[in-house]
Amino acid sequence: MALSNSLHAEMYRRMLRIRLFEEAAVELLQRGEIAGALHTTPGQEATIVGACIPLSDQDYMVGTHRSHGHPIGKNAGLKRLMAELLGRVTGVNRGKGGSMHLADFSVGSLGETSIVGSGLPVATGAALGSKMQKNGRVTLCFFGDGASSEGTFHESLNMASIWKLPVIYFCENNGYAISTPASQTVSVKDIAIRAAGYDMPGHVVDGQDVLAVHAVMTEAVERARRGEGPSLIEAKTYRYDEHAMGLPPSNYRTAEEIERWRQRDPIKLFKAVLSEGGMNASEIDAIEAAVKTDVAEAVKFGLESPLADVAETYDHVFVDPILPLQSA
Amino acid sequence: MARVNYLAALRDAMAEEMRRDPRVFLMGEDLRANLYGSSGGLLDEFGPERVIDVPLAENGVVGVAAGAAMVGMRPVLDITISAFLYPATDQIISIAAKSRYIYGGQTSVPIVIRSSMFYNAGAAAQHSDRPYSMFMSTPGLKIVAPSDVYDAKALLKASIRDEDPVLFFEDFNLWGTAARLPDDEEIILPLGKAAIKREGADVTVFAIAGSVSLALAAAKILEGEGVSVEVIDPRTIKPLDVETVLTSVRKTGRFVAVDPANRTGSVASEIVATVSERIFTSLKAAPLRVCTPDTHIPFAAHMEKGLYPSTESIAAAVRKVMAASKPQ
Repeated sequence: MALSNSLHAEMYRRMLRIRLFEEAAVELLQRGEIAGALHTTPGQEATIVGACIPLSDQDYMVGTHRSHGHPIGKNAGLKRLMAELLGRVTGVNRGKGGSMHLADFSVGSLGETSIVGSGLPVATGAALGSKMQKNGRVTLCFFGDGASSEGTFHESLNMASIWKLPVIYFCENNGYAISTPASQTVSVKDIAIRAAGYDMPGHVVDGQDVLAVHAVMTEAVERARRGEGPSLIEAKTYRYDEHAMGLPPSNYRTAEEIERWRQRDPIKLFKAVLSEGGMNASEIDAIEAAVKTDVAEAVKFGLESPLADVAETYDHVFVDPILPLQSA
Repeated sequence: MARVNYLAALRDAMAEEMRRDPRVFLMGEDLRANLYGSSGGLLDEFGPERVIDVPLAENGVVGVAAGAAMVGMRPVLDITISAFLYPATDQIISIAAKSRYIYGGQTSVPIVIRSSMFYNAGAAAQHSDRPYSMFMSTPGLKIVAPSDVYDAKALLKASIRDEDPVLFFEDFNLWGTAARLPDDEEIILPLGKAAIKREGADVTVFAIAGSVSLALAAAKILEGEGVSVEVIDPRTIKPLDVETVLTSVRKTGRFVAVDPANRTGSVASEIVATVSERIFTSLKAAPLRVCTPDTHIPFAAHMEKGLYPSTESIAAAVRKVMAASKPQ
């Protein structure tokens, strides 16, 4: 294991932050404090953190509709993310984006979009901008197995390849587009195979193994920073929850299948690696205690924040509206 | 003063803005070959990094422009034929128009999307669209449709400097026009401000893009009949300068809205509704719309000709409004 202990600790911390943030969000939803759809990520923490950790806060990232974890992986603070889920004025998007559109530009999180596949061109454009600005920044583009069938996926990979853009297309393949198995809708066994059609490296990685994800991502980031162009990474992973909280239990996947994946829980797996690697229990306990405190403080911050301001309903439609917007 | 044709004026606008601002760059189809005539010499002056020919992937290309804009670039995109906007509506509406709002003002998307309306050109139903009104009901987009050479240059420069996404519609029927433009002073016009292209006392005629010259020709004919016509060109369709129109109609008491788009849901419909709603009691007669009927555009010239607003149909509408006027 070549990685430093502090990096390992940070990986564990970020994975745990995602898991506990999600658990807190679900509880708030069940209490009626959060309204609307909530697409949660438990099961996918290693893919997110392994992909984000090699990046700096100046690098860019584009997320998806299932995306609470992405800004957390990208080092965003929890308070304003939780406040956003709660529709508060202190939210990252001032309460106007909500669960499917978290964005924290201060850490390079350029947003998440709820139209499946629509983030791929944006990430590609951010990479084009970085290349033109010669600032060495890399863009990480998350998307799912479902999005790999959208035209935007193919258009984006083609452009990134011909222009050798510093972008990593990172597919979180959790096996299902809502209820439809990828095996029924994707023409290839591994989505990473599609990289060949766009003349870029394609990698399949175990999405439950944060070190494996980190290793393959690090290679792709170095390649991008060297100006050699994009990569496609496919992490095989799984979501434990339903597509969105509150939907009826799966009839498209078996309890055995879910349990089998839970046995390979990315956080448990990595905790075992840390123990075997010599991190002592008190260090691990300290990380867990700190994350619990952070999440509790984020919930408190969110609940105590004022609601989003109705007066801002008409703000941010334009930078310069020229004429006052009419409310009726 | 140099005599400049419509397409060269657009080229000059882009070249001037590219010299002024290194963030401005061009993306589009067939730019380097100057196929359409508005990009001559730009490749030589600015090089391939700032004059980019794109793959045929309209949706992806608009998203790439949006992503580049979100990281600080100022893309000017030539999508060429206006109907090619349709595959890109996902990125135009869900990304370009909404990102600033959905992310609570953390970002902006300063892109210009140029397209040409090839109507009255024997191009049949799929190439003859005048689709600005389709985009008018999407908040967050600015829409510009210049009516002559001077305005085309001055409004394109303003669009490039604007902080919001702008759809810039070029009327093919103006391609053959030319005008003397000052070569020693910069010309630029504000967005969102209508122009009174001819002053008159009896009827206000509101006209868009290529129909402005038709309205001016109709006004000349009507002058010989003793009818004084005021012609207003909105220049910017969104935001629409309603106040200039209302002021004119308060004076004349009569209103005709000319719009080469299909009648239903047209800009003409919108401005007639607004005039009726706001200053109904100032009207001496019911306002009239002169639009293209709600049909597709046929190929055969004798079928196509006559569908669009013409000098004759505008003059006929003005006579009708005059005849229908209440005695004062």
